[in-house]
Amino acid sequence: MASTKRLQAPLSDEDVKKLKIGDKVLLNGVILTGRDAAHKRLVELIEAGKDLPVDITGQIIYYVGPSPAKPGKPIGSAGPTTSYRMDPYAPILIAQGLKGMIGKGPRGEGVVEAMKRYGAVYFGAVGGAAALIARAIKKAEVVAYEDLGPEAIRRLEVEDLPVIVAQDAHGGDLFREGVEQYRRE
Amino acid sequence: MREVQAHQITDVVKDLCMDANYDLGQDVVDTLKRSLEKEESPTGKEILEMILENAAIAREERLPICQDTGFAVLFVELGQDVHIVGGEFEEAINEGVRQGYSQGYLRKSIVDDPVLDRKNTSDNTPAVIHTRVVPGERIRIVFAPKGGGSENMSEVKMMKAADGIEGVKDFVVDKVMRSGGNPCPPVVVGIGIGGTFEKVAMLAKQALLRPLGQRHPDARFAAVEEEILERANKLGIGPMGLGGRVSVLDVHVEVFPCHIASMPVAVNMQCHAARHKEAVI
Repeated sequence: MASTKRLQAPLSDEDVKKLKIGDKVLLNGVILTGRDAAHKRLVELIEAGKDLPVDITGQIIYYVGPSPAKPGKPIGSAGPTTSYRMDPYAPILIAQGLKGMIGKGPRGEGVVEAMKRYGAVYFGAVGGAAALIARAIKKAEVVAYEDLGPEAIRRLEVEDLPVIVAQDAHGGDLFREGVEQYRRE
Repeated sequence: MREVQAHQITDVVKDLCMDANYDLGQDVVDTLKRSLEKEESPTGKEILEMILENAAIAREERLPICQDTGFAVLFVELGQDVHIVGGEFEEAINEGVRQGYSQGYLRKSIVDDPVLDRKNTSDNTPAVIHTRVVPGERIRIVFAPKGGGSENMSEVKMMKAADGIEGVKDFVVDKVMRSGGNPCPPVVVGIGIGGTFEKVAMLAKQALLRPLGQRHPDARFAAVEEEILERANKLGIGPMGLGGRVSVLDVHVEVFPCHIASMPVAVNMQCHAARHKEAVI
């Protein structure tokens, strides 16, 4: 039975193991952001054996390119981008210690295998509920790749960011199960 | 002959950029509300509630509905008795986009080169502008910002006449299925049939401009729209692809005459943030 849990980032291995698909989570603490362009750079550094501009060990990355912040606000609208574009890169980051990802849409086999092998979880956020989600983001600052503009790596402080466990560390897949449950011939 | 100043075009486009991104059309909101009643998945219902709450917040606080404030796509009907002065037509539109995306705190999502450098142009230009010259002395501008996620799930298929309408329906339903959660369902499906390779894609995008709930004037195509809508909503994709009864908000078909050897078909996928506003100068 799916439940709502309030969780503190960064996630422990324990936290990750306990999460099952369908669990509703309110995330608190610090998370990072990044999309394809940033992922490409990070993976190039990893493959060259170089240091990363941010420490991703134990972290959660939110796949988001926010709109600019209005004066007095920490961030603009900030809903998830489509995750499959990060599929080529995610397994490498997970092997380096990334514990969680937030995005939208299903992840491919390579990512699922890495999640199972290293213990990582994939959360779904509601695409297009970007102004609502932004209310949960209390602070935002660029910590790497400022030249990428909306695609820069940001450090976010979040309070009760609403997400759902879409694919868990045990191979569970809410996309697959949900469709099977509601499909009609 | 009627003179229109280029800056008038810029001003109108600037306002359209912001309005379209903050204010979700009433037809979309109403369809989402009806979908909430139809949806049986608890998760699906929650997602639809969040989408509706988001639309209200965005409208009241003048914030982007979605952080992907889209590629600036404009459809212009330019009256043939209009004389534009004080600047160039397309530059006036691009300046309007530049100003709207800056003043409106909208995201700059365009890169100059698509494959080699991909460097952000920093002002969300260039816009994609489709202009038709029509009788009269007005300028009608439709602004329809298009997000990348749903656009990426679109497809053109050069089918053959022998595939028939059944082939078209199968292609579209299969496309919705293969897209799954990626285009942010529940989606609006724009379908083009006929024309040429590039024309059919245009038809599919123009199909997305029709208000939700409005059927094609030709009863035969209205029936096609209804059938695809029904079949697609049996796929079980649901809001955000996490399972549910509501996967598609509406289906619109646009058709055009066609070559005897061809049957081009296009699907332009649109997410639930189906944004478009228009103004007349």
